[in-house]
Amino acid sequence: MDVRQKLAILADAAKYDASCASSGSRTKREGATLGSTEGMGICHSYTPDGRCVSLLKILFTNYCIYDCKFCVNRVTSDVPRARFTVAEVVKLTLEFYRRNYIEGLFLSSGIIQTPDYTMEQLVAVARSLRTEHRYGGYIHLKTIPGCSDKLLAEAGLHADRLSVNIELPTAVDLAALAPEKERPVIESSMVEIHGRIDEQRADRKAGFRAPAFAPAGQSTQMIVGATPTPDRQILTTASELYDAHRLRRVYYSAFSPIPHGDGRLPPDRPPLVREHRLYQADWLLRFYGFEVDELVTPTLPNLDLEIDPKLAWALQHREQFPVDVNRAPRELLLRIPGVGVRTVDRLLRQRRVRALRAADLKKLRVAWNRARHFLCTADHQPRARDLESLVLRERLTATAPRQMQLFDAAPSAQSGEV
Amino acid sequence: MFSAVVDNFDAWRKQARGLLAAERAPSAVRFVAAEETQPSLFGDEAAEAADSAKITELNSPPRRVPPAFLDLAKHVACHRTPGRWNELYRLLWRLTHDEPRLLEVATDDDVHLLRTKEKQVTRDVHKMKAFVRFRRVETPDGERYVAWHRPDHRVLPLVAPFFSRRFREMHWTVMTPDATAVWDGEQLHYGPGANSAAAPQGDALEELWRTYYAGIFNPARIKLKMMRREMPVRHWATLPETTIIPELLAAAPRRVEAMVRAAAAAAPGAAAYLPEARDWASLAAAAAGCRGCDLHARATQTVFGVGNPRARIVLVGEQPGDQEDRAGRPFIGPAGEVLDGALRQAGLAREELYLTNAVKHFHWQPQGTRRLHKKPPARAEAACRPWLAAELDAVGPKAIVCLGATAAQAVLGRDAGKARERGVWQRSRYCERTLVTWHPAAILRAPDAPAAARMRADLVRHLQMAQDEAGIS
Repeated sequence: MDVRQKLAILADAAKYDASCASSGSRTKREGATLGSTEGMGICHSYTPDGRCVSLLKILFTNYCIYDCKFCVNRVTSDVPRARFTVAEVVKLTLEFYRRNYIEGLFLSSGIIQTPDYTMEQLVAVARSLRTEHRYGGYIHLKTIPGCSDKLLAEAGLHADRLSVNIELPTAVDLAALAPEKERPVIESSMVEIHGRIDEQRADRKAGFRAPAFAPAGQSTQMIVGATPTPDRQILTTASELYDAHRLRRVYYSAFSPIPHGDGRLPPDRPPLVREHRLYQADWLLRFYGFEVDELVTPTLPNLDLEIDPKLAWALQHREQFPVDVNRAPRELLLRIPGVGVRTVDRLLRQRRVRALRAADLKKLRVAWNRARHFLCTADHQPRARDLESLVLRERLTATAPRQMQLFDAAPSAQSGEV
Repeated sequence: MFSAVVDNFDAWRKQARGLLAAERAPSAVRFVAAEETQPSLFGDEAAEAADSAKITELNSPPRRVPPAFLDLAKHVACHRTPGRWNELYRLLWRLTHDEPRLLEVATDDDVHLLRTKEKQVTRDVHKMKAFVRFRRVETPDGERYVAWHRPDHRVLPLVAPFFSRRFREMHWTVMTPDATAVWDGEQLHYGPGANSAAAPQGDALEELWRTYYAGIFNPARIKLKMMRREMPVRHWATLPETTIIPELLAAAPRRVEAMVRAAAAAAPGAAAYLPEARDWASLAAAAAGCRGCDLHARATQTVFGVGNPRARIVLVGEQPGDQEDRAGRPFIGPAGEVLDGALRQAGLAREELYLTNAVKHFHWQPQGTRRLHKKPPARAEAACRPWLAAELDAVGPKAIVCLGATAAQAVLGRDAGKARERGVWQRSRYCERTLVTWHPAAILRAPDAPAAARMRADLVRHLQMAQDEAGIS
């Protein structure tokens, strides 16, 4: 099988991975003569599915000894299989990079022989790129759960980002659908990575020239919709992961493809809108000061699919509105539907110099149709009966039902704008 | 009215400094962008050059402006609209005349206008970093990487330093209609613009790049609007991957169908066929109808485990062979004879044991009129595992003996190291005492008689270990 055929199979096999970010790393790798990471990710192309192409995202191999029910590459699946050599992946990465096709490499793999053996292959690719070829571009390695700490340590030296897939939101889900994977094993890898990142930071603070360790941090991916687990549990898990292991990102991946024969999985794939809402909620948790309990409750454990979670919260807490944009503190401004983080910061800067008026807000990328019911300025006061109206929700959704269809997870995974 | 022709940021900055020092209000100043000037205009401009010279001579100390303004101005300077120099001067004037915090008022008309232009330039810079596509060219002096790109604005000077950091070891050239940048490995050089005909034609790598692009595209989601918004069609001519977009779209429905078929063809596994009752008789009856993988299609029947349903020792083999498939019972062919011999030597009786296989259907390939045993594919083993698990749970043995690697993997998990450790007690999820030994068929295939004898002795010894452990007298 030639490289082109392998590439066709192993790119196809990697296309379900949600993450493609290449941002967050700003490292000068000593002695590198090819490649750079300057903090900002670059999308080099877009495919007709609307997703960006930033990294060479491939599997080292799609042979796998595991039987995770949600994965197309599980051992019982009938897909064509291929396996790269270390040298082939290295060469592909360099050749693509030199032509400015890609920002770097995102390498994952099916598990062959043992977790350690598999992880060794991935580390060998990164090592060869960094040391033999003096490559300084972006590398994201997916770490194989259960591999040794020694391999993790070396992976972190070469990679900008490491990720360990949590796969499913609860240990029970994991036992049901991914019997060979165990939550404690997955989390222990996260702990190890987190520990080493901290160690490296402490060393640098203490004045040592410690080599970078996964400077773009670690991330994880959670499959959504393969089990009946509600959003509340998913967001709680995500929130715990952010706190416990200081993850940069949790990626949510709507359980994808298509019909299958396994009776343990739900027959319809959940709407991508759910994935989108989870990303929005995730953003609210990280940047807007929301708590999981505010977004989903034991009685309403799932996010509203029709409206975004911030609007849903505002409609349930109308007594907190309208917010005076010229006086309210940042935390309150962040709660206004249709006003994003960047806009809030712009509003704060501007109002120190000049009072904000309704016309200013419209100019500042505020989603006016949504926001106007929830804020006031010197020249704008929402009608009290609107805010108290039972049909406000209907009115707000009536303007957008068609747009809802356009929502897709790809852009929201990147921006999460609410 | 003062008027000056300006063609870059530094020239504008110099002029603007002088004008500010001379307190020339924006209404009394007119900048002309160099690209606007017609040859006929040069007469007038020359006449005014003297005026401008006088102003710069004032040599006053530069006014303080916020650093953010300089950054904004450097970007707006690359914008293609002719009015940019005058707009910048107007903002500069206001910043230095009683409105020092004007930049914080994002909604001010002047600020908003220039911020919008800055954003357009920033976006163009970003797109240039993304969409430049080098082609490798062999020259007598070595390999060169050459690209031609048409940015919306004159952003090459903002982008070229980025490329020189990124592609330091390469010798590269980026051509645009306005200017060309060349990196020789040490320094950046700028030259005049070039048209697209100057770009090299093709690069062998582009075929591989298209292969990747096609592979990573998910045909089940089509979002053309999104793609065009982020990758504007005006750039497509220089993006090699875009040539296959029409065929990707045409083939999308077919590929989705293939994905569906592949998913449907995936072995559903035996789990769906497990009966409610987990006693041996119910399991054996249900297994007869198993369609959990596709092996059933070419096999005669399911060969389920046999023996003592309360056995203290369970032997697990690989899969039934030709004779087992016809008879419906495990271990009755040549390998079964070898096993019987070893059991006798070890002092074990078959009826005390429970015998089964990791895979319950015969996997074979034809050779002439014979059905030749073929190692079962990993997915059949995985699909069949629920049966084995249910059998082991139902019997609840004191010891499990795995005959060969397939059995070892089915019982101990697919950790290759464990499966190769013969004759050592290991813990499996079914039993504290699990042992790996040779498959009797491996003894039949041994390269020579001494090897066969050694393996046979191992097998006997391991069976005795199991007997000692399980306490069968």
